[in-house]
Amino acid sequence: MANSPAQGITVPQLHIESMADGASRIELLGNWNLIALEHRVAELTSQLAAFSSNSAIQWDLRGIDIMDHAGAMVLWRAWGRQRAANLVLKPEHEMMFSHLAPAMPAPAQVPRDWLRPLVVMGQKLLGVIDHFSAVLMLLGQVMLDAAFLIRKPYSIPWREISANVYRTGAQALGITALVGFLVGVVLSYLSAQQLKLFGADAFIINILGISVVRELGPVLAAILIAGRSGSAITAQLGVMRVTQELDAMVVMGIPHTLRLILPKMIALAISMPLIVLWTNAIALIGGMVSANAELGIGYIYFLSSLPDAVPVENLWLGLGKGVVFGFLIALVACHFGLRIEPNTESLGVGTTSAVVTSITVVIIVDAIFAILFKDIGIG
Amino acid sequence: MAENIIEIKGLWTKFGDHVVHRDIDLSVRRGEIMSLVGGSGSGKTTMLRQMLGLERPTKGEVRAFGVSLHAGDGEARRRLRNRWGMLFQEGALFSALTVFDNVALPMRELRTLDEDLIHDLVMLKLDMVGIEARHASKMPSDLSGGMIKRIALARALALEPELLFLDEPTAGLDPDRSESFVTLIKDLHRDLNLTVVMVTHDLDTLVSLSTRVAVLCDQRLEIVGTLDEVVGNPHPFIRNFFMGERGRRALEVVQAVKDVMSMT
Repeated sequence: MANSPAQGITVPQLHIESMADGASRIELLGNWNLIALEHRVAELTSQLAAFSSNSAIQWDLRGIDIMDHAGAMVLWRAWGRQRAANLVLKPEHEMMFSHLAPAMPAPAQVPRDWLRPLVVMGQKLLGVIDHFSAVLMLLGQVMLDAAFLIRKPYSIPWREISANVYRTGAQALGITALVGFLVGVVLSYLSAQQLKLFGADAFIINILGISVVRELGPVLAAILIAGRSGSAITAQLGVMRVTQELDAMVVMGIPHTLRLILPKMIALAISMPLIVLWTNAIALIGGMVSANAELGIGYIYFLSSLPDAVPVENLWLGLGKGVVFGFLIALVACHFGLRIEPNTESLGVGTTSAVVTSITVVIIVDAIFAILFKDIGIG
Repeated sequence: MAENIIEIKGLWTKFGDHVVHRDIDLSVRRGEIMSLVGGSGSGKTTMLRQMLGLERPTKGEVRAFGVSLHAGDGEARRRLRNRWGMLFQEGALFSALTVFDNVALPMRELRTLDEDLIHDLVMLKLDMVGIEARHASKMPSDLSGGMIKRIALARALALEPELLFLDEPTAGLDPDRSESFVTLIKDLHRDLNLTVVMVTHDLDTLVSLSTRVAVLCDQRLEIVGTLDEVVGNPHPFIRNFFMGERGRRALEVVQAVKDVMSMT
């Protein structure tokens, strides 16, 4: 059998002789397969290229032990994509050349398109519009589902809602506490340095209270939840799309907005304000610890003057933001999850866009809140 | 030539307390098509994964081309991966790459071939498995199951392997396509001097391709032999497998072909 490895991997070689009548004869020896050729392709190709134009050469391939398509292709290209005129070879190698028969046409050059940047920009714009209309449609569908549930309260998916509250709320307590505490400590420490200059130590409570309860608590919690639960929602829906689970639900007559999306939105709208409350509390504790260490403000004093320094409207505003942020994060994450196509790259891109978009949306909406409620709770 | 490409000695596989393989010895000879057969959950695919080095034996040794898959020389093992190709059940094409890039990937990984040569070789491989050039720029998600199998086969053959593993090559194909896929494998086996190890429970595929059949049953290797030898075995699983309605029909066809051959 020709394909025995007992002969070992022998190096592919060219053996050139000039004959009496001026013609040359090239004998090929060794193994002309991919393993043997691997590191010598460039070298052999350039050696062979020197003979490519000469049709009087006799090619003797009988000395080749093993040949595969890669070896045959190297020779074929050297011969200008045709069979050499004078060629002898072993019969078992004949079929390696049979598949090569038609010379493949070179791929056509695509002419440069000067309008391309404009087209790309237009496509991007249309993409954004498409996203907006899809989100709007999803929102409409969810509202219809909510109306349906109000009319038929027995079909409210309680289990899904409670599972999602647990996953997005209870399981996020650790990370939000850690981040909240550290931000409280840092904020309090840096403010204390400035306040000491003016001897306005007691105002640390106002600064911490207003900034954490009104602004930092809701936004920090929203960013963390967007990264944690938003990406999870997108990935989950995306994988369900890839594995056709969404289609299976539709076939069974279970609308996935009702069973998957609405529960997630309701659950996040419930758990977000709770997480905001929790983050506020921990951040204030962090700030209190730091204020005690830096400015010597006692814990009892801090806690008793907090209600005077921070009007309670700020708390309601912060919690209200939490509800809206939670709803928006779920909406954006579900929207991107439903658009994922059945391939791995789309899953990664979709998850990234979901997180980036939901954080951006949260910050934009936060700015709108700041303008709308500028007269409430401060001043 | 009685040269063994794969040699398995005293193989045990355990997942936790669950024993999949119990003291199995098996060798695959050069040039043959070996089929692994067994009921669901009998460890056929795990056996294939053992041969590929994707699982680690709990006890025992697996050698391919004389190289142990889990001990010794890392470089020898790396070279080994250029000598075999695997066709996964669902194709396992990289979904983020086009058909062309999927087949070109193993060649590009060698980092010694120039892009022109790779282009020609990829087109040749696609042609060999019957995929037209116009499909080369498509993404795997745009293709049918049959085409994905063919392209996955082209990718498995990209580095001119001597050994080809097939996991359920005809599962999920309609009878017509699975027939033509079997013919394709048969032709490639003949033309490229391949050794093939195949897991299947499709009897038609089994009967028309196998040189030898290995039956896995109750964690052990029940019998290894030619189809005739295996069919004659009285083990209840084997009787059930081959002598059921479907099995008899598949075997009758073979017998009829043999009769015709002997008459002419």
